[in-house]
Amino acid sequence: MAHYVLQTPVSEEAIRKLRINDTVTLQNTLFGIRDATQIHMFDHDRKTRFDLHGHAVIHTAPNVRKVPISKAFPAGYEPICIGTTTSDRMERFTRPLMTQNGVRMIVGKGGMREGSAEAFKELGGVYLAIIGGTAALETTWIEQIEDVDMDDLNPESLWRFKIKDFGPLLVAMDSHGGSIYQEVKSDVARKKEAVLKSLGITP
Amino acid sequence: MQLQMNLVEEACKELYIRALKVLPDDIKAGINKLDRAETDARAQVVLKTMITNISVAEREDNLLCQDTGLPIYNVKIGSNVQYDGMALKAAIRKGCERATMEYPLRSSVVHPITRKNNHTSCGIDMPAIHIDFSDKPETVEIEMVPKGSGSENNSFLKMAIPADGINGVKAFVIESVVSAGGKTCPPTIVGVGVGGTSDQCVAMAKRAATRPLGSSCTDEEGAKLEKELSLAVNQLGIGPQGLGGDSTAFAVHVELAHTHITLNPVAVNMQCHSARRARATFTPAGVSYGF
Repeated sequence: MAHYVLQTPVSEEAIRKLRINDTVTLQNTLFGIRDATQIHMFDHDRKTRFDLHGHAVIHTAPNVRKVPISKAFPAGYEPICIGTTTSDRMERFTRPLMTQNGVRMIVGKGGMREGSAEAFKELGGVYLAIIGGTAALETTWIEQIEDVDMDDLNPESLWRFKIKDFGPLLVAMDSHGGSIYQEVKSDVARKKEAVLKSLGITP
Repeated sequence: MQLQMNLVEEACKELYIRALKVLPDDIKAGINKLDRAETDARAQVVLKTMITNISVAEREDNLLCQDTGLPIYNVKIGSNVQYDGMALKAAIRKGCERATMEYPLRSSVVHPITRKNNHTSCGIDMPAIHIDFSDKPETVEIEMVPKGSGSENNSFLKMAIPADGINGVKAFVIESVVSAGGKTCPPTIVGVGVGGTSDQCVAMAKRAATRPLGSSCTDEEGAKLEKELSLAVNQLGIGPQGLGGDSTAFAVHVELAHTHITLNPVAVNMQCHSARRARATFTPAGVSYGF
């Protein structure tokens, strides 16, 4: 259970070092991405002008305030509250995000499924769990909204955040086939039988 | 008492923002209680982060969660209150829109087919407005619930049959909580509707999920079911955020209605750990706020 501070973008080698239950703090840049962003990228073939190679994306659609463009607000947006959403809905986009855009880290909540686990193993990626519903805290880890692309999808635009000490995040799915969610799922399946029995329910 | 619509509009704006920033005392106490009892080390870290977030939101005067949810306004009108029903609905809607545009809040509301967002948190039949009546003299209560999508996406209805019995109901609740896993942002309040028509059943599950912690079903059998299922779901090991642990739910809440001789419907609706709600009470003395 080691802790790593990663400056983005990261190499495949750095990702391969991470194992489930390790923790990670991210520095530099984080991209915000969501359902509509990825539907447009992968179903409607829209290209982003951002280079996501080696980067981390967080499943999010932030609360922002539109402000005049300035040094402090280069994209014309002031962050209000930025957190994460349930990753499971975006399961089918993990592989194209990695193969087409070179993403190496997905930050989200609730975990992802077997397809993502396989993509992480094959291509060198990880899922970093952040605590859902703790956006007030996470907003303090974001210094600035540096840039935004595909903003017609607002709030589901593709956001580029400047981050500082973003974490600790939990390595919940690694590039060696490890998944805390899979472990919990097996454990819950076992316990469920006992729970049903205790309620007097027999199969 | 004549209900003043300018006050309703102002309060409905205020309620949305308040609900997003400060958790009710019963929920804060509930998460502290789970934290004290939790035996899993990873789950303890998760719960402590949630507790930290509550104080950061209050200190920074910020929203607890980025999900502004679907706005729901539950109105209870007491006796001897004069009001124009259509003006009441319009005032609620205007307050919701003003909160979104003036704060500004993320509008999480889109057209279901075009997915177009008007950036007002309003649209066709949105905000959801539920109007009911009470026997409190010269009193109107408006409760605002921003319902997050992580939990709302895991809503379930089963038209079980009489032969499935109460065990069919219990098994469905357990299956629903297991299938939701970490996607609902546990620990949750598991709301269960039992009986009624299919639409009543789903609405009861939602009311149950947003009831204060510590409250019980007014029906004795419903209250018994709550106790039994509350213990059972926390034996499943799903834990906070689905990362394992004891704290899967704050509680299971049940609401019920009489049903048809051939029906045995059960619905499940969950509320995430950021179980937000705010309440405004209108009396001849003015407007007061609480949970």
